[in-house]
Amino acid sequence: MLTTTLCGVELKNPIIPASGTFGYGYEFHELYDINILGSLSFKGTTAEPRFGNPTPRIAETPSGMLNSVGLQNPGIEKVIGEELPKLRDCFHGPIMANISGFSLEEYASSCEKIDGEEGVAWIEVNISCPNVHDGGMAFGATPEKAAAVTKAVRAVTKKPIIMKLSPNVTDIASIAKACEAEGADGVSLINTLLGMRISLKTKKPIMANRMGGLSGSCVFPVALRMVWQVYEAVNIPIVGMGGVTTAEDVVEMMLAGATAVEVGAANLVDPFACKKMIEDLPSVMKTYGIDKLSDCIGGAHHG
Amino acid sequence: MHKGIYTIKSNIKIAADVYEMVLSGDTSAITMPGQFINILLPEKYLRRPISICDWSEDTITIVYKVVGGGTAQMATMPVGTELDCLVGLGTGFDTKKSETSALLLGGGVGTPPMYGLAKALLREGKEVTVLLGFNSKDDVFYQEKFEALGAKVVVATADGSFGTRGFVTDILPENKDVFYYTCGPIPMLKAIYKALGTKGQISLEERMGCGFGACMGCSMQTKVGNKRVCKEGPVFDADILLWE
Ligand SMILES: Cc1cc2nc3c(=O)[nH]c(=O)nc-3n(C[C@H](O)[C@H](O)[C@H](O)COP(=O)(O)OP(=O)(O)OC[C@H]3O[C@@H](n4cnc5c(N)ncnc54)[C@H](O)[C@@H]3O)c2cc1C
Ligand SMILES: Cc1cc2nc3c(=O)[nH]c(=O)nc-3n(C[C@H](O)[C@H](O)[C@H](O)COP(=O)(O)O)c2cc1C
Ligand code: FES
Repeated sequence: MLTTTLCGVELKNPIIPASGTFGYGYEFHELYDINILGSLSFKGTTAEPRFGNPTPRIAETPSGMLNSVGLQNPGIEKVIGEELPKLRDCFHGPIMANISGFSLEEYASSCEKIDGEEGVAWIEVNISCPNVHDGGMAFGATPEKAAAVTKAVRAVTKKPIIMKLSPNVTDIASIAKACEAEGADGVSLINTLLGMRISLKTKKPIMANRMGGLSGSCVFPVALRMVWQVYEAVNIPIVGMGGVTTAEDVVEMMLAGATAVEVGAANLVDPFACKKMIEDLPSVMKTYGIDKLSDCIGGAHHG
Repeated sequence: MHKGIYTIKSNIKIAADVYEMVLSGDTSAITMPGQFINILLPEKYLRRPISICDWSEDTITIVYKVVGGGTAQMATMPVGTELDCLVGLGTGFDTKKSETSALLLGGGVGTPPMYGLAKALLREGKEVTVLLGFNSKDDVFYQEKFEALGAKVVVATADGSFGTRGFVTDILPENKDVFYYTCGPIPMLKAIYKALGTKGQISLEERMGCGFGACMGCSMQTKVGNKRVCKEGPVFDADILLWE
């Protein structure tokens, strides 16, 4: 009833904790059995270990938050050697590996390393991190650059690749199309929207990095609109995210065109958010007369 | 960590802009003094982290200062209000680090976690000296409560309107070799670190996304690698800090 198929891999439900908001899973496994999740996307991983940006890295906004973590991670070697085995011990479902980079070579080398890893069902290639200079988002900013990363990654892995797109662009559909043309198996969107806050007390930006990425319920309508536009433009599956907080939001995202749904900031506010959405889905489906959740995908576009 | 609904039993003003709130609910996840709770407030997206001042089998006492919208909301909440809290977060003070006596230093609203710590140390039969620093007489709180526990208490105020004029570093005891525990504003913590060295534990603050280790929002570099203030902290051994 809740199953969905993403690039040929079946998920028991469409709920996937989003990269950067769920660590490598085990913190949450202490709270509930994370095997109820459809999948999970682990923290954005780069070739080298990174501490990320100076703190403060977090600011509150109405109905949301800004973060400028800047891809803190132990590096691909340690992720493969230590984090992935620990994650596989507690999570037996398909894993989404989230990979970031600062050059085409780095993207390709990290993806090549993860290619042989058991349990990793998809590689989510982050070309949209707003929190790192000369990398990340720059690759997601134009169709040409997005195509170049897709091509580089496609050459080194047989696993399905899902390109994670930035909302900080004029025409997200053209970028999704460029990825599709170079052989992407899917796209995921949206990453965070670039924003900032200034403290009236200090009259200075709250975050040390000054700017950061906005996420949480406030971005939901923007994310939904972009999923809609991309659905109209491509034939590959879409992982929808941005502000998803309730089971109703999940259904709405799917109606806009999402095959599966990632949940980010909501996990930080309520560590049980994903569990609750999975438990609430059947009754929400009943309320709206939905027998099979996957029948909803793109449903709002037809008829 | 436990997530639950906690009911306000009392919520009273105890100093200028400072309130003491007692919540009732499940406290089984609290394992050591110096841990904190993370409170969800109406209309606020992120939770508010507040130190556990004291706890019993079914109550938690917190002391907070009104500094912005969230804490201002808390100050107006009537008895009976229910709050969604994450309880028993972080790694607190290790009472085993001190031997027969301990020096506790609290600055402003860094004082609350010192109370639960003093209680635990005294229960272990240790001699406890508490040094409290405030800006002014109107800001002073909990002096008598520490005394009632059986601790030796000395207060300093920056303007001299109560106790000794100056900062907690101006009222340090002769014997500086005793293990210390402290929480307060960063300039105070750094002054203490300079005066007393690395034989102590220091509680830090950082802006938090989650409070339970998931977002990397609160990371800090130390001599022994990256640490999360919310998970490996908020209390850290002074000797791992990069404060030299
Ligand atoms: C581990 C820990 C323990 C704490 N214990 C206490 C305590 O016992 N008593 C007490 O009075 N205060 C304590 N604080 C500080 C308290 O969290 C902030 O004063 C409070 O979050 C301010 O919320 P606000 O809505 O009133 O302020 P606003 O400035 O409107 O808050 C906006 C955002 O910034 C965050 N923020 C603002 N100031 C701080 C701060 N100093 N530290 C962390 N986040 C902040 C808020 O949580 C919120 O997300 C503690 C902080 C931490 C990290
Ligand atoms: C604290 C934090 C850290 C994040 N880190 C990453 C990351 O490492 N890689 C990535 O692709 N996206 C990262 N994101 C973006 C999320 O995965 C997601 O795309 C975005 O937050 C929108 O979803 P939401 O509104 O549900 O949070 C991060 C988001 C947050 C809040
Ligand atoms: S606040 Fe999220 S990891 Fe510390």
